[in-house]
Amino acid sequence: MLLLAPLALATPHLHAQAPSKGTWVLQDARVVPVSGPALEHGTVIVRDGLIEAVGANLPAPKDGWVIDCKGLTIYPGLIDGLSNWGLTNTPATAAPAAAGGRGGGGGRGGIVVTAPTPAPVAQQPQTQSRGPEDRPSTASWIKAADQLFPNDRSIEANRNGGFTSAVTFPTGSIFSGQGSVINLAGERAGDMVLADAVGQHISLRTAGFRSYPGSLMGTIAYIRQLYLDADRYKLGKSIYEKHPQGLQRPAYDRALEGVLASPRILLPATRNVEVERMITFAKELKVNAILYGGHEAWRSIDVLKQAGTPVLVSLRYPEKVADSDPTLDEAERILELRDKAPTAAGALAKGGIKFAFYSDGVATPREIKAAVKKAIDAGLDPAAALRALTLSPAEIFGVSDRIGSIEKGKIANLVIADGDLFATSTKVKYVFVDGGRYEPPVEDAPARPNFGGRGGGRGGPVQ
Amino acid sequence: MRINRRTLLISLAAPVATPFLTKLAAQSAASGNDTVLIQNATILTITNGTVKGSILLQGGKIAALGEKVLAPAGAKVIDGAGKFVMPGIIDCHSHIMAEAINEGTVSVSSMVGIEDVLNPEDIGIYRALAGGVTTANILHGSANSIGGKTIVMKMRWGKNAQTMKFEGAAPGIKFALGENPKRAGQAVATGLAGVGSAPRYPATRMGVEDVIRQAFNDAKDYKSIWATYNAKLAKGEVVMPPARDLKLDALVEVLDGKRLVHAHCYRQDEILMLIHVADDYGFKIRTFQHVLEGYKVAKEIAAHGGGASTFADWWAYKLEANDAIPYNAAILVKKGVLTSLNSDDAELMRHLDKEAAKTVKYGGLTETEALSLITINPAKQLKIENRVGSLEVGKDADVLLYDAHPLSNFSKVEKVWIDGHMYFDRDEDISNRTRKDLEKKALIQKAAADQRGPGGRGGATAPTPQEEGNNQ
Repeated sequence: MLLLAPLALATPHLHAQAPSKGTWVLQDARVVPVSGPALEHGTVIVRDGLIEAVGANLPAPKDGWVIDCKGLTIYPGLIDGLSNWGLTNTPATAAPAAAGGRGGGGGRGGIVVTAPTPAPVAQQPQTQSRGPEDRPSTASWIKAADQLFPNDRSIEANRNGGFTSAVTFPTGSIFSGQGSVINLAGERAGDMVLADAVGQHISLRTAGFRSYPGSLMGTIAYIRQLYLDADRYKLGKSIYEKHPQGLQRPAYDRALEGVLASPRILLPATRNVEVERMITFAKELKVNAILYGGHEAWRSIDVLKQAGTPVLVSLRYPEKVADSDPTLDEAERILELRDKAPTAAGALAKGGIKFAFYSDGVATPREIKAAVKKAIDAGLDPAAALRALTLSPAEIFGVSDRIGSIEKGKIANLVIADGDLFATSTKVKYVFVDGGRYEPPVEDAPARPNFGGRGGGRGGPVQ
Repeated sequence: MRINRRTLLISLAAPVATPFLTKLAAQSAASGNDTVLIQNATILTITNGTVKGSILLQGGKIAALGEKVLAPAGAKVIDGAGKFVMPGIIDCHSHIMAEAINEGTVSVSSMVGIEDVLNPEDIGIYRALAGGVTTANILHGSANSIGGKTIVMKMRWGKNAQTMKFEGAAPGIKFALGENPKRAGQAVATGLAGVGSAPRYPATRMGVEDVIRQAFNDAKDYKSIWATYNAKLAKGEVVMPPARDLKLDALVEVLDGKRLVHAHCYRQDEILMLIHVADDYGFKIRTFQHVLEGYKVAKEIAAHGGGASTFADWWAYKLEANDAIPYNAAILVKKGVLTSLNSDDAELMRHLDKEAAKTVKYGGLTETEALSLITINPAKQLKIENRVGSLEVGKDADVLLYDAHPLSNFSKVEKVWIDGHMYFDRDEDISNRTRKDLEKKALIQKAAADQRGPGGRGGATAPTPQEEGNNQ
């Protein structure tokens, strides 16, 4: 057995994204499993990427690397409930994923800012359409899992902040495509994927007067038409399968394949009006829906409760546009929305409505946590806040048997911090993804230009 | 929607909402007593003359009406001495509470419906209530020869969209003739949405007719395809299901007389054209909307069995709306056309009573005929006259209390009941204004303080979704 001081690790660098086959004994920590009560002096044993055991006074296996976690707290790795991480092709190094990244890449400066950009455009949907038959703004067949950039700098940056997974979605079209649950580490895209198709992202985009649909009601009608088409497609296929002779075969339609392959759909709903509208719409479509946005959800508790629809709450709170007309007389409704948006999560928790947080383009883990803190300050129970970034998103997307809590047999996605995760002074000490250990750089280090040659750099693997 | 450019300007200029007329105030007003007796009032029943006496609202309905009505136990009694009672105003053409108006990208947009984009929190609803409107037909805009589906709503302010729908009202659809649908066919550098728009057929009045005819040809084909399929299915044959088409579904409903057509039009030639088209395909135009030249073809409209829904004296906002006269409504009435006055505008919607009064001056309608233009006539046009439009025992308790005769320029709506619930009370509104003003000021101050304080920089931020000022 070897006792390691964290900084003394000098073992050869394995690649950042290579899942560890090692065994780790995280001793004497405060363990917050989320699925149950906290252990004050607990041990978590990680083996071959999975959590082998959790408990107090566990005997340490002989082959394990021991980390003394005295004074540290182990949480399940954080999950971004609706994300674009991994989909933006902004690698930390200039080299493309296939060629570079190994070992002595560039020095990776402190926290990396990732600007949200649209999903890859290889399958750019139809831009000019004259009706639903042209399948405008639809990329329903695209899967995030097939579009991943393992070198996307948002992966490392957010992992350093304690995020180990994201439910990442193509966005930008009406039927934007299917989301995938990914782990925020992996040499190849395939290594990162936990679940490849967990839902269809819908946005209510319009193209103005240029192209159908050009209005909100056109977009809604279009979605409705696509679901009607999908129903018929399914029926047609089943009839043809039984009677392949003497019948016209139904034409293959990738847009409808994508719709039918989606176990749930994400519908945008920020305002109360939109919550009611989307709940009504989802009921009509007979789909499992998840609402995203949620800033006015504090007005919609009853209707959400009745519908049992989960909500993804954006951590990008509404704010007055910076250069807006100072003489503008804004409606009380708008002022109230801005004032109360951080209370939405607390209201959902009190109402017993399943919800999770999502980053919504907030650039850094520090800012994400600041926004969570704002919700806590506005009345959200800290334990509920943690759940909304761990077990709840896992449950909402049907992967809570794998991630979201510290339980025996689950994937070893952990974050180890020197205090309460959402306190501003707290530092993330280690992050485990798929059992692989990462040590985040010291926060607030000034971003350095990339001089290269800093051997693995900070944020790389330290095992 | 009359003219699109003008509409755009209005949207930009309109304040988002006033600080004081807010939902809270209305909700407390809406908690009024279910059983209400208004005594000693002048009751304008519209269909059965004027009664000096009492009206009882109970269980959401008009329970009694006459010179003497006994107050049941627990009834709230209102002294109506010197005051006037009339049925709630019905607006056959409005765009309030719609968060989208035009699906302008296609010539036939019957797949879309206003029902999908209702905003029950639109302050326009409360303001309409203050003007006595209790029911409104919410229409799609006029950018398409065949526009979107319409819906009839009660102004149940404070309720959700589903609850505000007029239960059982026949569904409708918007058609549009003339400049708007053909103008949308022209490529412009800056279109309605502030972006360039692609050219779209049709670009002429001939094209508008062609689009409508082609759409109904398609609808007839579609109907027969489904009839054939259903017949084969009934015989137990193995058949592939035909495609459902939301666009044609709505037009089949028109052919079957199940969906009412409300056609935006101005000129007599296009009105006659549409009558011919409807006759050819065997459906009816339920109302001609705007119909400023209706006085020229009133006999033809009456013969078709169509209604007219017009303005008292609003015209000349574009070339096709020039040959208009203030006698239009009166002439249409006298030629036997079922006629109403509508607003098409959130502001005009608040004084439809005064619009009706103009037809007494121009055309010499009786007071009852004038008030019918905003009550029982639009009710008939929307096929809801068994429920609303007049004060009769058994009808919905959609009732207005005025401080003077509704046709007087000096009268104001004091109280509004819908289904016997009070949704507007002028006194309560006025007494709430100071409180609401303070509430808003406090929010503004808090926001300013937050911005100055250390907590003001939490994370990135998104712009607040603004209420769309597109109620026109």
